[in-house]
Amino acid sequence: MIDFSVILAGFGGQGILSAGKMAAEAALYEGKEVSWFPSYGPEMRGGTANCSVVISDEPIGSPVVNDADVVICLNQPSMEKFEKQLKPGGLLIIDSSLIKIQPTRDDIKFVAMNASDIASELGAMTYAPISMIGCMAEATGCIKRESFEKSLYEILPERRHHMIPNNLAAWDKGAEFAV
Amino acid sequence: MAQKRVLMKGNEVIAEAAIRAGCRNYFGYPITPQTEVMHYMAKKMVQIGGNFVQAESELAAINMVYGCAAAGFRVMTSSSSPGISLKQEGISYIAGAELPAVVVNIVRGGPGLGGILPAQGDYFQATKGGGHGDYRNIVIAPASVQELYELTVEAFNLADKYRNLVMIMGDGTLGQMMEPVAFRDEEPIAAVEKPWAACGRCKTADGSVRPHNTVTSIYIDPDTLEAKNRELQEKYKIIEENEPRWDEVNVEDAEVIITAFSTCSRISRNVIRQAAEMGIKVGMVRPITLWPFPSKAIAKVAEQSSVKAFLDVELNAGQMIEDVRLAVNGTKPVYFHGRMGGNLPTQKEILDKIVRIHNGEKVEGGIV
Amino acid sequence: MAVVFKPTEGLTDKPFHYCPGCCHGIIHRIIAESMVEMDILNSAVEVASVGCTYNSYEYFNCDAVQAAHGRAPAVATGIKRNLKDQVVFTYQGDGDLASIGTAEIIHAAARGEKITVFFVNNAVYGMTSGQMAPTTLLGQVTTTSPFGRDASYQGYPINVSELISNLTGAVYVERVCLTDYKNIMNAKRAVQKAFNVQKNNLGFSFVEFLSTCPTNWGKEPVAALDWLKEKMIPQYPLGCFKGEDLKFDAEGNLIAGEVHAGEKEVRA
Repeated sequence: MIDFSVILAGFGGQGILSAGKMAAEAALYEGKEVSWFPSYGPEMRGGTANCSVVISDEPIGSPVVNDADVVICLNQPSMEKFEKQLKPGGLLIIDSSLIKIQPTRDDIKFVAMNASDIASELGAMTYAPISMIGCMAEATGCIKRESFEKSLYEILPERRHHMIPNNLAAWDKGAEFAV
Repeated sequence: MAQKRVLMKGNEVIAEAAIRAGCRNYFGYPITPQTEVMHYMAKKMVQIGGNFVQAESELAAINMVYGCAAAGFRVMTSSSSPGISLKQEGISYIAGAELPAVVVNIVRGGPGLGGILPAQGDYFQATKGGGHGDYRNIVIAPASVQELYELTVEAFNLADKYRNLVMIMGDGTLGQMMEPVAFRDEEPIAAVEKPWAACGRCKTADGSVRPHNTVTSIYIDPDTLEAKNRELQEKYKIIEENEPRWDEVNVEDAEVIITAFSTCSRISRNVIRQAAEMGIKVGMVRPITLWPFPSKAIAKVAEQSSVKAFLDVELNAGQMIEDVRLAVNGTKPVYFHGRMGGNLPTQKEILDKIVRIHNGEKVEGGIV
Repeated sequence: MAVVFKPTEGLTDKPFHYCPGCCHGIIHRIIAESMVEMDILNSAVEVASVGCTYNSYEYFNCDAVQAAHGRAPAVATGIKRNLKDQVVFTYQGDGDLASIGTAEIIHAAARGEKITVFFVNNAVYGMTSGQMAPTTLLGQVTTTSPFGRDASYQGYPINVSELISNLTGAVYVERVCLTDYKNIMNAKRAVQKAFNVQKNNLGFSFVEFLSTCPTNWGKEPVAALDWLKEKMIPQYPLGCFKGEDLKFDAEGNLIAGEVHAGEKEVRA
């Protein structure tokens, strides 16, 4: 795998940046090269947040992603902006609880999943991007569930370990949507 | 011994590396995209009993650095392009007074306020002076978070060794990104005596008083000032002899040589792989020190009969290319590919130019 | 033969380059004597600035750092934060401190840096040949206010001590002059008090000296002193603006007076 790239985008507060970090940590746990790059500065004002994650067996070139393998969108403006940054044949995953439009491209794979509904059932909206990462991982094999679980135990302080089962539940629910 | 790899943000790694290098002083002023260096220092310096001051301006911050270095302590400041412009006053004084200090520039797009996204438009400013007078800073351009760590530690050693300012020149990409980094258990810190420091500790252990120390950069007498300048130039010559660092990728048999530093070199490394798949032999010389510039290494590669041309890739309108052309000295054509404003070149853009150069086309030198 | 007067060890043997009638020599001497009398000569760091006193480090017989124009308080901050047991002081003129270095002096005071600032106000730029300073009086002729400083055109003089005394971080602020023996002795007392404030870690201390510039004022030394008394003191009244109640014994221990509440809260 060389420079497998993901863009996660949505509103601030949806847990976009930390979900991206968790995916990166899982890949790192597998011994992969990995980079995480956030939107920063005024770009973040007005409430939007996005980050790029690159996973690779080789040293990573650009951590800034222009042609992603996967785009995960948690709001409509992000979908409008990032759909066009997907490679042909790439995978677009959207939160259908929040996005009511359809993709404009027909050369991509598409999953609409009610991620925010899944998240609210689990008790926190920040599980939404986790469930979408679960979907991505199941569809592409870019990271393993086991490494996601083990890396969570490593990076989270013990007082947060009680949240790990919910993260895994979110992952599993998302994985069911994989095409 | 290297520790287990952890995922960390470039800016935070710079701060952590400085602390590991024994730096207990940080003076700074907020500016995007380097603020995490400050945030990290604000917390850590209090926890470890160091000094953190959020200065009223970059001017004040660099002059706090000057005072601290004059008193003999390891010290760092960080900023981004517009802030580094303000710091040039102090940087020139630090050069004149020959003080060891580390300045980090997480470069953003200019001129003026420009933007906040990654750029390399401060190459001239960093390597050709920046402030007034005849002086040189050692300029180091790491290309990964791991290198940010290792080279920041090294920056403190070099600063002390030569009593010279060392600039770490990154860009918004490197500062903002997270990447794995493996810290060492122990840092290779070179302990350097600073008998010249103006620290007010004049009474020696045996009760005698040492001659008083003065740190200054003013020499009103022309002969004294000229002698001082000659002394500085002698030091710079030694640095030019001993300290150029660079990395070579697939230069053997290469037909086209890319020259690129930091972020551009990362993207170019992937281009080399893609080109190889197409049967085009591309190599790269990546300067790690921008000053002293690895001119000899580039000149040597230019002598290879396999090499048809150079392609210099930068996040600016063409700055390092001047040093590359001086090194190549007309023996081979040197073409350019640059992006600005915070945009990064794509692999495809670079590869397209490589293919055209390989086909013997004359490639325009300009910007995409 | 009895020695009745000798140079102070606090100064080097290098002859002053200052003009006849200028007060820098006296100010240097009382600071140097104070360092000797308080036994801090070998533990002090002077931060010299830019102006006529750019090379004051050649006269003060202690460690010194020469700073860029206006930046002495920032340089002193970088030193003092590391050397908490040393005495760190700046020596700055009015162009340096009140014009180009306004930000540095205000913020060093606001932060309550434990440094001492000696501010020499002679209402003119001396070294660069008599330009208007922020402290130039209304009506005063300088090379850049050749028709006299006009408030409607060049604004008003800055009363720095009054300004600094409004900042919570400043603990001791006093303005003195050197026009006669009594005032010189009073100025020396202020110097020692400022050093004691620093040695007791109380906060930022500031002494403003009204000084003469016979050369750029175009006056004989005695006439310059008269002009200072007649013109400068009405604009820049002498006295202690802050920390008057602070008293120290002969060993420099604080025996009376309190640092204002703000500072105590910070330190608590």
